[in-house]
Amino acid sequence: MKILVCIKQVPDAKDVRLDPKTNTMSREGVQSIMNPFDAHALEEAVQLKEKFGGSVTVISMGPPQAEETLLQAVACGADEAVLVSDRAFAGADTWATTYTLSMAIKTLGGFDLIICGKQAIDGDTAQVGPGLAQRLDIPYVTYVRKVNNVIDGKIIVERMMDDGYDEVEFQMPGLLTVVKEINEPRIASLKGKMKAKKMKATVLTASDIKADLKCLGLQGSTTQVVRVFSPEFKAERSMLTGTVDEQVGKLIEKLEGLL
Amino acid sequence: MLKIDIEACIGCGLCAENCSFGAISVENGSAVVGDNCTLCGTCVDVCEVGALSIERAEKVQTTDLDQWSGIWIYAEYRNGKLAPVSFELLGVGSRLARQRGVSLSAVLLGSGLGDGAKDLIAHGADTVYQIDDIALVDFSDDSYANVMEDLIREYKPEVVLAGATAIGRSFIPRLATLLATGLTADCTNLEIREEDGVLLQTRPAFGGNIMATIECPHTRPQMATVRPLVMRPNEYNESRQGEIVKVKPDPARLRSRVRVIRSVIEEGEQVKLTEADIVVAGGRGLENEKGFALVKELADTLGGAVAASRAAVDSGWITYPHQVGQTGKTVCPQIYFACGISGAIQHLVGMQSADTIIAINKDEAAPIFNVSTYGIVGDIFEVMPKLIEKLGERRLASKSIDGEG
Repeated sequence: MKILVCIKQVPDAKDVRLDPKTNTMSREGVQSIMNPFDAHALEEAVQLKEKFGGSVTVISMGPPQAEETLLQAVACGADEAVLVSDRAFAGADTWATTYTLSMAIKTLGGFDLIICGKQAIDGDTAQVGPGLAQRLDIPYVTYVRKVNNVIDGKIIVERMMDDGYDEVEFQMPGLLTVVKEINEPRIASLKGKMKAKKMKATVLTASDIKADLKCLGLQGSTTQVVRVFSPEFKAERSMLTGTVDEQVGKLIEKLEGLL
Repeated sequence: MLKIDIEACIGCGLCAENCSFGAISVENGSAVVGDNCTLCGTCVDVCEVGALSIERAEKVQTTDLDQWSGIWIYAEYRNGKLAPVSFELLGVGSRLARQRGVSLSAVLLGSGLGDGAKDLIAHGADTVYQIDDIALVDFSDDSYANVMEDLIREYKPEVVLAGATAIGRSFIPRLATLLATGLTADCTNLEIREEDGVLLQTRPAFGGNIMATIECPHTRPQMATVRPLVMRPNEYNESRQGEIVKVKPDPARLRSRVRVIRSVIEEGEQVKLTEADIVVAGGRGLENEKGFALVKELADTLGGAVAASRAAVDSGWITYPHQVGQTGKTVCPQIYFACGISGAIQHLVGMQSADTIIAINKDEAAPIFNVSTYGIVGDIFEVMPKLIEKLGERRLASKSIDGEG
């Protein structure tokens, strides 16, 4: 089974803040990491390879430094790494991103299964997986929490729903997006690290994937950011003071009408 | 492309300082842009001498923008009932329709839809497009998106909204791709821009640290998924009149490449949490599983549901379905207790719309107090047991009064 895993290098979201004065993102101390959901996608791919044979390729669309993240994936069990990188891709929304990734995947060709994390922690859109599957005209299942079996080219998985779960199957090729519950990502082995050290990601540019320049990056995007701002919260802030007895007493008084 | 006018650039470095991606450096007295520029535009705004600009070429464009009119919502129907978010969408949808001077329609898909369409009209829909077909009994990304695509191409609504639920966030991206239009995920606010009637879609990004307002200027429909429990539904009005349009779909469009083997409903806490009037949530401050037991005890005393911050879930004190926040559930109870939760923004976005928020934390500077209605600074292991004791006494007292009556 030939498996492809889509990986995004993201800023560690918990550190990203807007400077209240300039209203710009401050990057101080913000680390670049592998999108945590993608680590679960990678782990699932490696486990499927170990069980059913085949290979795992990781792909990322991003700036040159995203190669670090791809090589980290190699250290954790991926066989090949492909970086889709070109200045022309900058500013892409999910529509332009799925176009670019689909052109790259068509260029590489021959994958039975594509696995993505359910969403990236910077954009939180969860739109690239389904959009990419549609661009490639293959079936997909989102929010997969378990792969039950792979048999005769069919894959059987459990998809989380708001009120429970569905067990579903489809004939591959197809695409899955996975949630954290699916597995526990492994830590890179020493052997893996050695392999990653020697490896270089294959780089694909806009012309390599025969992309229509009109469909790329900012100009190929259907959505635009109008403005960014810091979230505001209502601040009523009534502090209940005194001894623990008094604090609790005051609280119960306040809640009297509500309970 | 980001263009730098070397003549105008004074090499002050403001752009480099403000670039969130470290993509700009100053070399030989002028700014130089690197490969990791994402064209976010921050540098263009901060440049004091106007040396930076972003070149935009011709964009993806729907040719007949003016012909798209009306607000549509997707009414989610599963296991014999409408998802509550459908009514919330009608709430925000009727406001948008009023502002635009257009009608509000709902699309209802499924099998055995009963009075669903009538309920939607009573909650604000002018028209309900209904497809009642056995092939739609199970949710499928293929068939649901296909039939929606056909309806949208025929009636050309300017806006299409859906709930940011497991179902909405799964098939709506496929639908937007089929329609070659923009989609904004998980919106928490929607407004119409007066000048041109464009839908302004506001959503949290970067785990809730930043809010972004997005527009879809050149293609139609403008599509968004909307976070549940954020918008207010309209009052139910049984006498409201509306039209039900029963649509017969093309059977070929009902086929699905993914087959549902079985659909399992897991009742219990998961459902209770988002519907509970009282939610008691615990976080890192409870220190361990034993500490977290206080949360369950308080919830039991109050007849409320148990929730947790991500820290508590990650520590294994409670399972993921209880997590509230950006990567968990959004809740909107009457009373929310935040116990030992510092109030990271990722948590706040999931509970800030609760009517009354009570925070108990030992750290006076904890951000949770900025959103709380009532705050108690103190040792959680003293405050919570006392609160449980007092509430227990109070309940006993009211019971004995009832008993006498």
